Amino acid sequence: MPLTFAAEASPIVEVSGWFLEHVWIAPLLPFLSFLGILFFGKRLPFKGAELGIAAVGLALLFSSITGVQWITELNSADDEAIRIVEEKYEAEHGGEEAAALAADGSSVEIAAGSDGVVLAASESAVEAENPVELVEEEGAAVPIVETAWDWFVNGGETFQISFIADGLSVTLLFVVTLVSLLVHVYSTDYVAGDRRYTHYFAFLSLFTSAMLFFVTSGNIIQMIVGWELVGVCSFALIGHWWEEKENSDAALKAFLTNRVGDIGLLIGMILLFFAAGSMSVIDVNAAAVAGEIDHLVLLVASCALIAAVMSKSGQFFLHTWLPDAMAGPTPVSALIHAATMVVAGIYMVARLYPVFWEGLSIDGSSLNLLAIVGGVTTLVGASLAFVQNDIKKVLAYSTISQLGYMALALGVGAWTAAIFHLFTHAFFKAGLFLGSGSVAHAVHSFDMKKDMGGLRKHMPQTYKTFLICSLALAGLPPLAGFWSKDEILVGTGGWGLFGGSGANGAYTVMLAMSMVTAALTAAYMTRVIYLTFFGEHRGHDEAHLHESGRRITVPLWILAGLALVAGFVNFPPGFQLVPDSWQERFGFYVEPRPGVETFPIIGHAKPSWSLAIASIIVVMLAIGAAFWYYFVKVEAASKAAGRSLTELPNGPTSRFALARAGHTVLRQKYYLDHLYTGVIAAGTKGPIAKATYWVNQNVIDRLVDRTGETAVKAGTFVYEQVDQKVVDGVVNGSGIASYGAGGELRKMQTGKVQFYAGIMFAAATLLAGVFIVFL
Amino acid sequence: MYLSQFLVLSAVLFSIGVYGVLARRNGVLVLMSIELILNAVNINLVAFGAFHGNIAGEVFALFVIAVAAAEVGVGLAIVLLIYRNRRSVDLDQVDTMRG
Repeated sequence: MPLTFAAEASPIVEVSGWFLEHVWIAPLLPFLSFLGILFFGKRLPFKGAELGIAAVGLALLFSSITGVQWITELNSADDEAIRIVEEKYEAEHGGEEAAALAADGSSVEIAAGSDGVVLAASESAVEAENPVELVEEEGAAVPIVETAWDWFVNGGETFQISFIADGLSVTLLFVVTLVSLLVHVYSTDYVAGDRRYTHYFAFLSLFTSAMLFFVTSGNIIQMIVGWELVGVCSFALIGHWWEEKENSDAALKAFLTNRVGDIGLLIGMILLFFAAGSMSVIDVNAAAVAGEIDHLVLLVASCALIAAVMSKSGQFFLHTWLPDAMAGPTPVSALIHAATMVVAGIYMVARLYPVFWEGLSIDGSSLNLLAIVGGVTTLVGASLAFVQNDIKKVLAYSTISQLGYMALALGVGAWTAAIFHLFTHAFFKAGLFLGSGSVAHAVHSFDMKKDMGGLRKHMPQTYKTFLICSLALAGLPPLAGFWSKDEILVGTGGWGLFGGSGANGAYTVMLAMSMVTAALTAAYMTRVIYLTFFGEHRGHDEAHLHESGRRITVPLWILAGLALVAGFVNFPPGFQLVPDSWQERFGFYVEPRPGVETFPIIGHAKPSWSLAIASIIVVMLAIGAAFWYYFVKVEAASKAAGRSLTELPNGPTSRFALARAGHTVLRQKYYLDHLYTGVIAAGTKGPIAKATYWVNQNVIDRLVDRTGETAVKAGTFVYEQVDQKVVDGVVNGSGIASYGAGGELRKMQTGKVQFYAGIMFAAATLLAGVFIVFL
Repeated sequence: MYLSQFLVLSAVLFSIGVYGVLARRNGVLVLMSIELILNAVNINLVAFGAFHGNIAGEVFALFVIAVAAAEVGVGLAIVLLIYRNRRSVDLDQVDTMRG
């Protein structure tokens, strides 16, 4: 097999399709419903909710069809690629061999990678025995479908409005619209009777629209616009009940913290624009892949963009807004944390992945900024989730932790794993949030220790769905979270112990962090389950507890169902329990293929049973430990005390100083809020305020006073001297002059026609004389 | 033929006409003096036309005669109306336009 041939084994086949070329419809639908609700919402029978549900439902339908079209187009592109390769082979080698090759290609099992060697695409291209087999394995290289219009031309630079469709944006379209639709339906019950019911639905629609706009935007300006729109909507929705100071503070905090990161976004995007010379995401990516941009520029740009990710996607140390954002209505939390706002940062990294890939040198290293940020975040989030009493805050920290997973996955080069985790996490985290909302709907509180306990008897549906989603989050097979979490563990490539191999480098530290987080996650979810649903009820009014209505439970069951099965879309390659054709479907359709010039050639780690089993054991141990503490020890202590307890009366925190200190640190959220408000903000604003006051009193005020006095003096002078004497004098003088002139001139108006004739003849004579003398 | 004879005649007629216009008090006589001025012009036109062998001079003279006829018609009508109002055609008394 000639090497040149193998290198071209994945021909580029362009795809098209009506839905792929009209993805702009997806954001348009909810935007129209936003306008509709704003203008007519209050006059509609369901106060605008029906408009939002209809629009988001249509958008979901549209996204689903777009997804189906993407898959079918990709399949036909693969067929086309095989045909091209066969024709080319035939042209080079003659008919018989090609026929043999085709027969061979269809019967040979996929052999590449089975020897445990890194399956980098370039290497496999060389390794593969025949091109047809390679195309069947990897598929055709399909570029992004882009639809663009010229917006304006300035200084020779054309600014476009463009929308793109590829596996990534289609996936996000589906996730966003699905979760948003369920949140809309859920909200009709949850915020029923709210005084700003219509306003709420209008912003839900705008929020959805902004996120859809963001994930379909094809140039970086549109991305910035979508990014900021999402931020504004989150501000409005977090502060939905702004009458309470706490809520409006939380909204402000979310907005301002995001502004910090937005500076990074702007710097990064501007750098990329000047480096690549184009606003288009495709051009920027292509330039980064082709190595046309200086490495240092890419490094600075990716660090700046990481700052944006830190704020928007709640990465350590700008994550502090995210738990406070729980002040908003619970469905909004579900929408923010599962589908829209917080995944914007992850999506942005995935979309501009070549920039990070090249800038951070992800390939072949074992540590980089994105992976560190992700790893620290996932640990910080998971540890803080332990000490929260508010069920939503536990889930918020859990989201931070899971977002850390995604950032970590992107940081270690496991692109598909990150997007896959985004996909599965959206379902089970939305399910958890909506479940916590359902609980709160019954007990009118989010405090697990004071007002919950024993709810499984009263709310069986909520309990079951919450349990399913919790197990998915903890990462137990066969639920969704297991598959995506394990893919991230595999993707770190750092498990020398377990017989695996690194794909893009050996990120052993990241693997350790992920393992610890997996254990912590399992443990804190066990704690939440116990405190909420087990033990005896600690709140008042136990008699009035009841299961929520169908508009709440049906979305819960849909999300729980997805949490059960969503992981099956991406069985790891080489997973012996399912047929080959079921393996890695998600990656096959979503990840850009090798040969697409807008995506780097990334390596794929080989999954191993030993790692999967190790991670399951870790999770089981963590669940076991938490189970033993809460379900056995605390339960027994409760029985002994005769009332429902939430902690052991003489637990480790009361016995050991170190444990107590650690607990305090966690309770204080690593003192980050103190650092921001107490040290940084207070430290700067105190002296600055004093200095500003002094400057104001002594410099500015004095200046203003002096200016005023001088102006008054100058005005008086001008009035007395200039206005009264010069201007008025001129006016009066001209009046007198014209009066006098008129008096003289009227004497000439005798009314006698002969006098006039005399003047006329005299003048004529005079003129005649002048003409004779001078001409 | 000497052009200057006609020009002198026309200049004399013109001067008489101007004198009449300026000096006479009677409106009718003023109109007649204007006729003299016009005829002085006519003589000039015809004289130059004949001198240069160009028919345009005579044609212009005919136009002037026609216009003069119209002018006298209007002028006499005005004088007639003034007379009816004031029983006099003394131009010194007609000074209602005095400023």
